[in-house]
Amino acid sequence: MKNKSKYLAYPYVIWMAIFIVIPLVLVLYYSFTSGNIHDPGSLKFSVESYGKFFDSLYLNIIIKSFWLAFLSTVLCLLFGYPVAFIISRAKMKHRGLLLLFFLVPIWMNFLLRTYAWMAILSPNGFLNRVLEMIGLPTLAIMPGQKAVVLGMVYNFLPFMVLPIYTVLAKIDKNVLEAAMDLGANGLITFVRVILPQTIPGIVSGVTMVFMPAVSTFVISRLLGGGKELLIGNLIEQQFTVHRDWHFGSALSIILMVMILISMAVMSKVDAGNEQGGAALW
Amino acid sequence: MVGKIIKRTYMGLIFLFLYMPILVLIVFSFNESKSRGHWGGFTLKWYGELFRDPDITKALYYTFLVAFLSSLIATVIGTISAIGIHNMGLLGKKVILNVNYLPVLNPDIVTGVALMTLFISMNMRLGFTTMLISHVVFNIPYVILSVLPKLRQMNRHMAEAALDLGATPFYAMRKVIIPEIMPGVITGALMAFTLSVDDFVISFFNTGSGVTNLSIIIFSMARRGIKPSINALSTLMLITVVILLLIINKRSTKGDELIP
Amino acid sequence: MLRRNIIELRNLTKSYNDTVVVDAINLLIRENEFITLLGPSGCGKTTTLRMIGGFEDPNDGDIFFEGTRINNVPPYKRNINTVFQKYALFTHMNVYENIAFGLRIKKVPNDEMKKRVQRMLKLVDLEGFEKRHVDSLSGGQQQRVAIARALVNEPKVLLLDEPLGALDLKLRKEMQIELMDMQKNVGITFIYVTHDQEEALTMSDTVVVMNNGVIQQVGSPVDIYNEPENRFVADFIGESNILEGIMHEDFLVSFSGRKFRCVDKGFSKDEPVDVVIRPEDIDVTSPEDADLQGVVSSVVFKGVHYEMLVESGDFEYMIQSTDMQPVGAGIGLKFGPEDIHVMKRGSDNEK
Ligand SMILES: Nc1ncnc2c1ncn2[C@@H]1O[C@H](COP(=O)(O)OP(=O)(O)OP(=O)(O)O)[C@@H](O)[C@H]1O
Ligand SMILES: [Mg+2]
Repeated sequence: MKNKSKYLAYPYVIWMAIFIVIPLVLVLYYSFTSGNIHDPGSLKFSVESYGKFFDSLYLNIIIKSFWLAFLSTVLCLLFGYPVAFIISRAKMKHRGLLLLFFLVPIWMNFLLRTYAWMAILSPNGFLNRVLEMIGLPTLAIMPGQKAVVLGMVYNFLPFMVLPIYTVLAKIDKNVLEAAMDLGANGLITFVRVILPQTIPGIVSGVTMVFMPAVSTFVISRLLGGGKELLIGNLIEQQFTVHRDWHFGSALSIILMVMILISMAVMSKVDAGNEQGGAALW
Repeated sequence: MVGKIIKRTYMGLIFLFLYMPILVLIVFSFNESKSRGHWGGFTLKWYGELFRDPDITKALYYTFLVAFLSSLIATVIGTISAIGIHNMGLLGKKVILNVNYLPVLNPDIVTGVALMTLFISMNMRLGFTTMLISHVVFNIPYVILSVLPKLRQMNRHMAEAALDLGATPFYAMRKVIIPEIMPGVITGALMAFTLSVDDFVISFFNTGSGVTNLSIIIFSMARRGIKPSINALSTLMLITVVILLLIINKRSTKGDELIP
Repeated sequence: MLRRNIIELRNLTKSYNDTVVVDAINLLIRENEFITLLGPSGCGKTTTLRMIGGFEDPNDGDIFFEGTRINNVPPYKRNINTVFQKYALFTHMNVYENIAFGLRIKKVPNDEMKKRVQRMLKLVDLEGFEKRHVDSLSGGQQQRVAIARALVNEPKVLLLDEPLGALDLKLRKEMQIELMDMQKNVGITFIYVTHDQEEALTMSDTVVVMNNGVIQQVGSPVDIYNEPENRFVADFIGESNILEGIMHEDFLVSFSGRKFRCVDKGFSKDEPVDVVIRPEDIDVTSPEDADLQGVVSSVVFKGVHYEMLVESGDFEYMIQSTDMQPVGAGIGLKFGPEDIHVMKRGSDNEK
């Protein structure tokens, strides 16, 4: 009996083949060919698209994407960890509400949130009007890298806080009391007992922030004002403006591979913590 | 205590950071003047304009139509497939789950362009159908991932017990298995609906022929210069979200469960 | 005892990935019988039961139900119901709906359904629990719902897979008695699975001892206990002293360097055999009066009796006696011919 219900998954296997596997294979295929995509006969094997990465223009964009995503991730961790910590140590009845209010903004449309920052930061936006009113010099944050990083931090901060909070909330209070009992002060308890236990949360937080940050094209487009191109914008342009699917595909493959590598590294950190963590501390 | 004051100040600043942009939008949704920096007096005209703007109302219509249809389809396919996957051998299960994970792990932009490549290669016109399919594609994995744990929690012999009592396999599925895993199915459906309403990137690459959604319209407006009616829209959305969340919170009383 | 056979297993075999877990077993089960499959963990009891219920397909052999081969009949068409090990109650339904499940499928009219469910609730002593959610019941109550849910369909055979496994000792004893009463009252065949030998001996008309997918012995509890057919059964059922011996001729066996009269016959001359003596069959006497002498090496009080280990020659006898002897005491061990059970030595049955 049991063996028969497995057939229920078979239609989905076909579905996955068509809509998940084949599209990625197509992307891989286009990344290694050149020619007119609308004339399949003209397509030839070529690594030309990958060669373009050595063009300093594109290389710089890729490096910049990773740098800004890295910066935003670090900032999210720096600002987010204390938030997670404070919420996890709040009184039980306040915790749910604190978390709730922390999450309300991410239930708003992503585009609206980003647009809101445009309204604040643009040259004649809300911030500069306020500054003018109180007689201070205006700021030129947007368009620019600072605004892009700010937009990333704003949008992805909850993705850092949630997993860390989940891990922190699970830490047994008795463990902390035991540490205090053994003579550890607050700082030592934190560094030696709490921090190591939250590494898995940090790892998933970092992954969840870094991934969308490095591949975004909305934030860079809206808050960078078309000047601050990232790898996401590059991909988007190849498919919508330049119609260069080969290069766009190669960029997508590169992005996927880099993300896979970063995720593998992060999971190493996580695994290393579980096994060798004691040795580290 | 000093610690308490520091904590409160810190949380206050964080909440200010989180809510300031939204508050600014709300305030300016009542602003008579079209300019974002200048207060021209109180008005509700942007709310009226919002519902008269054909672009926005059309986008709203498509957003919810696609969200409704795609989450419905994804919930049906996802639930049935999850039952099948649950009963598969170890190897098959592992392979399927890994492929199923791809749309979750891959950056949206890669999923988006990959699907677009497929549709165009198949000579499909980008439009409502392609957008709907693409939403179903990224919704199903979330439904499966929220249904599977419920199946694992279920007593292994529940289905057999139903057959034992005379139920045909189909009856057992309808009257026993599905009701038992219902909480997971509902979570999956809600998640699919939310993701679909919020999606921009995948829709952006897979729609055309004048079919848009809310995110796409905001994106194109934001590039051209904003209509204040968007501020009004933000206000309405925020109010909806807060009311919904408060209701859910009342019912579950556990904050953790709100995590999407 | 001339009851009709209701189920027959012929050469029933099941293997998973080339490992044989049920090995060509043959078994006759009669109407109204309380039959128990007993054996150590992993010996194939559940697998046998699941084949009877229709949840596993045998690789070989046949299952007959009232003379008809039912190998290919799906579970929902067999007139057999099962009480699952962890009950498998439908947690989204209340007690009433759980019990009525099978009747609803058979489209039994509402009035009759109500009556039959009420009758069951009364039988399992759960009147007034109709509206309760099954999650809110205690283990014993859930157990009884599971039984009622199966019995209400009036099956000819009820399969029970370690139904009392999850209950504590006291409740277990109570439920054992309740189950036996129920079986008598409803008059249907129970096929019961357990790895608890005491439970098997207490409850059953017939006990089937299994090991490694092979039936070791089928018999009444008394037969199984008193006349174990081989070393495995003797060892698995109760505490035993199992010695190696030689059967010289009918009614004469030697072990521990001595010859003893016994009541067994039919072995070839000087055949090596296993000899079983139950600990409670050995009497403690003064050394002079006895066949065997030994020294007490340990004493444990077990409530109703003392359990002593006595070294005699190179064998350590276990003795249960109400007569306590201190450690170090020299004593005599005495037993009669009927206390000595001689069994064929089979190498394949050794643990
Ligand atoms: N689906 C399966 N796949 C592979 N092996 C199985 C499967 N089901 C059972 N087995 C194996 O078959 C053997 C017999 O299992 P079975 O469940 O019949 O034992 P059992 O006598 O009921 O034991 P217990 O008293 O522990 O319940 C075991 O070794 C078990 O590991
Ligand atoms: Mg078993």
